[in-house]
Amino acid sequence: MSAHPDRDILAEAHGLGVFRAGRWIIHGIDLTVRRGEIVTLIGPNGSGKSTTAKTVIGLMAPDAGTVHRAPGLRIGYVPQSLSMDGTLPLTVSRLLTLTQRCPPDAIRRALEAVGIPHLARAQVHSLSGGEFQRALLARAMLRDPDLLVLDEPVQGVDVQGESALYALIGRIRENTGCGILLISHDLHVVMAATDTVVCLNGHVSCRGTPQAVVSNPAYQKLFGRAAADTLAVYRHHEHGHDHDHDHDDHPEPSTHPRTEEAADHAR
Amino acid sequence: MLDDFFVRAMVAGIGLAVTTGPLGCLVVWRRMAYFGATMAHAALLGVALALWAGVDPMAGVFAVAALVSIALLLLQRSGALSSDTLLGILAHAALAMGLVAVSAMSWLRVDLMGLLFGDILAVSKADLVVIYAGGGVVLGGLIALWRPLLAATVSADMARAEGLRPDATRIAFMLLMAVVIAIAMKIVGILLITALLIIPAAAARRLASGPEAMAVLASVAGVVSVIAGLSASMAWDTPSGPSIVLAAFGLFLLSLIRAPARPSPPSPEPSP
Repeated sequence: MSAHPDRDILAEAHGLGVFRAGRWIIHGIDLTVRRGEIVTLIGPNGSGKSTTAKTVIGLMAPDAGTVHRAPGLRIGYVPQSLSMDGTLPLTVSRLLTLTQRCPPDAIRRALEAVGIPHLARAQVHSLSGGEFQRALLARAMLRDPDLLVLDEPVQGVDVQGESALYALIGRIRENTGCGILLISHDLHVVMAATDTVVCLNGHVSCRGTPQAVVSNPAYQKLFGRAAADTLAVYRHHEHGHDHDHDHDDHPEPSTHPRTEEAADHAR
Repeated sequence: MLDDFFVRAMVAGIGLAVTTGPLGCLVVWRRMAYFGATMAHAALLGVALALWAGVDPMAGVFAVAALVSIALLLLQRSGALSSDTLLGILAHAALAMGLVAVSAMSWLRVDLMGLLFGDILAVSKADLVVIYAGGGVVLGGLIALWRPLLAATVSADMARAEGLRPDATRIAFMLLMAVVIAIAMKIVGILLITALLIIPAAAARRLASGPEAMAVLASVAGVVSVIAGLSASMAWDTPSGPSIVLAAFGLFLLSLIRAPARPSPPSPEPSP
C-alpha cells in the first residue's frame, strides 16, 4: 500500500502561516498526512491546532506557505463543536445523513462500527459525551473518507471513554486505511493510536513518535515538567495496550526520521 | 369565491403560513430571529423607496431587505462589532430612514398603520398571485437547498469540509427571507412578520422528532393560526394581523402544556 510514498500523501503543507487580527496565529508549519497514517497535533489552548487543521483541509486560506491535497480527496470532518441549537430536533440517523444521502443499511453498519447501533433513533441532544463523539465519528466515516479530520474527538468524555475512543479511531484506520489528522490538547491517551505527534505552539516546536516527543525538551517546556512525568507514567502503564494497536503492517514508523527539533524556539 | 375579501384574506394568509413554517424553523435553528426582525424593520424604507420610484412596494421591500443582509455580511466580516449590535444598528437606522422618507413625501398618502400592522383584509387578487408565486419560489428554494442549509446549521465547517458551500447557501437563504418579508408585510405588517416566522416554529418544536417533521408542523401551526386568527378577527372585530399572531401564541402555549404529557425517558438528566 505504501510502496509509493508520494502517491500515499493525502495532504501536505509547507511553511504554512495564518495571520489574523495583527498577529501570526500559526507560522512556518510543515505537515504531511499519508494514507494509513495517524498524525496528532497537540499543543496548549490557542496554539493554532484547529487553525492548522482547517488550513490543511482548505477551510481557511493560508496567508503564507502552500497546501497540496491529493486530487479528489474525500474528507470526513469531526468539528470541535457543533453550532446546533437546542430547538433543532435531530435523531442520530438524521445526523449521519446531514451532508449526503445514505441507504439505511449503510447507516446501520456505520453505527454498529462505532458501537452505538441501538441509538439510531435517539435524539442527538440526549446522548452522553462519548455517544455523541461516536455518532460524529460514524457520520464522518459514512463518507468513506480518504482523510479523517478529528478536532478534539474526546471532548466531554471520561478517561475510560477516551481510551475506548482512541482504540476505535485506531481500528478505523486499520479497517479503512484512511489517513487521520487528529487534534488533542493532551498526549497521554493519544499515544497508543498515533504514529506522528506534531507539537504546536504557533510554530512546530517538536515532532516525532509519541515516545520521542515526550522526552523532547521542547515538549517538556511547552507542557511543563510535571506533564512530561505524568506522561512517562502513562506510557509505562499503557505499554500492554500499545502492542494491540501498534501495527506491524504499517511501515512508516520505522522508515521515517521520527524526531526533529524545530530550529526556532520562541521562548 | 375570491370576490369575497374574507376568502381572499384567508387564502393569502394560508399561502404565507405554509411558506413561513420551514423558513421560520431555519431562522430559529440558526438563531437568526433578530436578523428577521431587522429585515422587517427595513421594509418600511423599501416601501418608501418603491413609492418614490413608482414600483410595486413588494419589490422595494425585497430590494432593501436584500441590501440590509448584504450590509450585515460585510459588517460582520470586518468583525469590529458583535452581530446583535450590528443588527440593532441596521434595524433602527433603516426604520428611522423609512419613517423620515415616508414623512418627506408629503404628497403621498401612506397608510403607516397598514404597513406596520398589516392589512390582510385589503388583499387583492393580484396580491394573491404575488404571494403564491413568491411563496412557491421560497418553498422551491428551501427544498433545493435543504440539505446544505441544515448541514451548515449544524456546523458550517463540517459542511464546507465535506464539499458543500455554506456561504453561498447562506446568501440564498437571506434572499429567500427577503422574499418572505416582502410578501408577509401586507398580511401581518412590518412589526409582526418575525412573529409569524418564529412562533409557529417554536410551537412545533416539542411535537417533532426530526427537522423535516418540525418544518411541516410549523406550516400546519401557521395555517391553523391564520384560520383561527382571521375568524376571531371577523367575529370580534379585532385587528387581523395581531389576531393571527395571538392565535399562534396560543398554539405555542398549548404546545408547552402538551409537552409534559409525553412519556419521558427513564434518566431525568441528559448529559451534555
